[in-house]
Amino acid sequence: MEIPAAIDPVPAVREAFGDGVLHVKQFRDETTIVVAAERLPEVLDFLRVSSGLVYNMLSDISAVDYYPADFGDEFAGAESDFRPERFAVSYHILSMLYNRRLRIKAFAPEEDPRLPTATVVWPAADWLEREIADMMGIAFEGHHDQRRLLMPDDWHGHPHRRDYPLGKETVAFSFNVDEIHQHKPFASE
Amino acid sequence: MAVATQSESIEERRKWEGSLEQLRGLVSERAITGETMLLNMGPHHPSTHGVLRLLLELDGEEIVTCLPDIGFLHTGIEKSVEDKSYEKALPLTDRMDYLSPMSNNMAYAAAVEKLLDLDVPERGQIIRVICLELARCASHLVWLGTHAIDMGAMSVLLYAFRERERILGMFEMLSGQRMMSSYIRPGGVWRDVTDDFLPTLKQFLNDFPAKVDDYEALLTQNPIWKDRAQGVGVIEPDVALAYGMTGPALRGSGVNWDLRKAQPYSGYETYDFNVPLGEHGDVYDRYLIRIHEFRESMKILNQAVARLETAKGPYRSENRKYCPPLRSELGQSMEAVIHHFKLWTYGYDAPDDEIYSAIESPRGEIGCYIHGTGANKPRRVHFKTPSFIHISALPVISRGYLLADMVAIIGSVDIVLGDCDR
Repeated sequence: MEIPAAIDPVPAVREAFGDGVLHVKQFRDETTIVVAAERLPEVLDFLRVSSGLVYNMLSDISAVDYYPADFGDEFAGAESDFRPERFAVSYHILSMLYNRRLRIKAFAPEEDPRLPTATVVWPAADWLEREIADMMGIAFEGHHDQRRLLMPDDWHGHPHRRDYPLGKETVAFSFNVDEIHQHKPFASE
Repeated sequence: MAVATQSESIEERRKWEGSLEQLRGLVSERAITGETMLLNMGPHHPSTHGVLRLLLELDGEEIVTCLPDIGFLHTGIEKSVEDKSYEKALPLTDRMDYLSPMSNNMAYAAAVEKLLDLDVPERGQIIRVICLELARCASHLVWLGTHAIDMGAMSVLLYAFRERERILGMFEMLSGQRMMSSYIRPGGVWRDVTDDFLPTLKQFLNDFPAKVDDYEALLTQNPIWKDRAQGVGVIEPDVALAYGMTGPALRGSGVNWDLRKAQPYSGYETYDFNVPLGEHGDVYDRYLIRIHEFRESMKILNQAVARLETAKGPYRSENRKYCPPLRSELGQSMEAVIHHFKLWTYGYDAPDDEIYSAIESPRGEIGCYIHGTGANKPRRVHFKTPSFIHISALPVISRGYLLADMVAIIGSVDIVLGDCDR
């Protein structure tokens, strides 16, 4: 069987989606394509099925929080990196046929962060998205299972956010739990 | 009065039990009406390899749905790392997949090296390969022993742990620790191998192939083992790819994908070894693959030992901005003292950018995503771990098999819950 020659994903995605591509970045031989959030599933499906691209495996989904000030219009490093919103979700996809990786990134705003689900393209996104919804508090619209994954069901807050308290935690007992909640507003709300 | 108290207590209990309504959409309608049975397996079940709870929906003995419930071993490693400098975060990675800590160290160290653009000298790479392959053997030995005990073969565990003990002894020679070694560090390894390490390793390499033959004599042609394993837990290649499965679980379905070959790291491209592949994608094929991986690891180790004897030079990068100076330099050089102080107090800055790097662990692809801040602590570190992915695929690969096969299926995809929950 003849294997079609590999094509560069950046022009291919630009041609297919036009304004949907917001930014392209190269760092340490890794290509990142930032796409508009609402077109994310389309872009991922395009990359999965198109001849010459065939990104046939979803390796990982990771979310990052640019709190407190490394995003938006005031962000000082704006010329080196593109960070319009507080939250970013990166989809690391892998093409086994051409042996290369690609990162597709989408941003979600600070107020009510939500993205369309990628489970329609990859079943593998199921738990990876649930983990992000649980730990980073980014909702995935259309995901079939909205329960928390790692944290208990009655947990308050999203631990991987940068404004969630880290370290210097007192162990909670019944005699001091009220006191602890007083100085940990994010954990008790 | 007594009746009222009892109904109150039932109400009270309902509150904690929850109702089947919560499961609507996750289990079939037949479970809501009571036609099929919901059975809780775990979290403290001897064959779940950690603290995993499965909610099984059974039609007779047949599995209709399986809802894995994880998070019991969640340790907040990804969060804790945000408050540590890059080097100090490394010992946390040991605690993820506690059966092959060296692989976790390597995944993290490789990611930091990529973020910093840091070189690793040849001798350091050879020592790393030795550690990684020994870790692969040690991890597969635990898998073999526990998988066999799950399926009712008691004695294999004792044989497997006897050999694993020797590997852990060698890790202790290298790092001072049997399990939580923190030996592979950004830039190379913590220290050079000790004088008694190579003779011990050679002795082990001499003895081990015969032991693998012993395991095979116990299991490979054993009719009970074959009955339990063949045709059970079949994973079709397209299912494995769709669910992102990697490692022996993917290769058992015949997909030739091993990051040591495909995207080599630490000099794996210079070693001569094969990637064993399965045909049927069942429990038995995954067993055979791991047995063959013992032999392939032996091949790599033999080559690495020969190279280590001739490779001189540093075992850790000489870039003093990222790697501490030798102890012997501290008495001679003011600069070395400054570097030493700076590295062990502040650490080093890494770029405010993101990278993803992946290695082949005994279980599959461990990926590490690091987003720096420009200062000495990361903004975000995320580990993509094979156990997490494989447990998420359990509902698909167990559907339609018997309850007794569930134990074999869990064992064959080789999950570690510390690796899953992080």
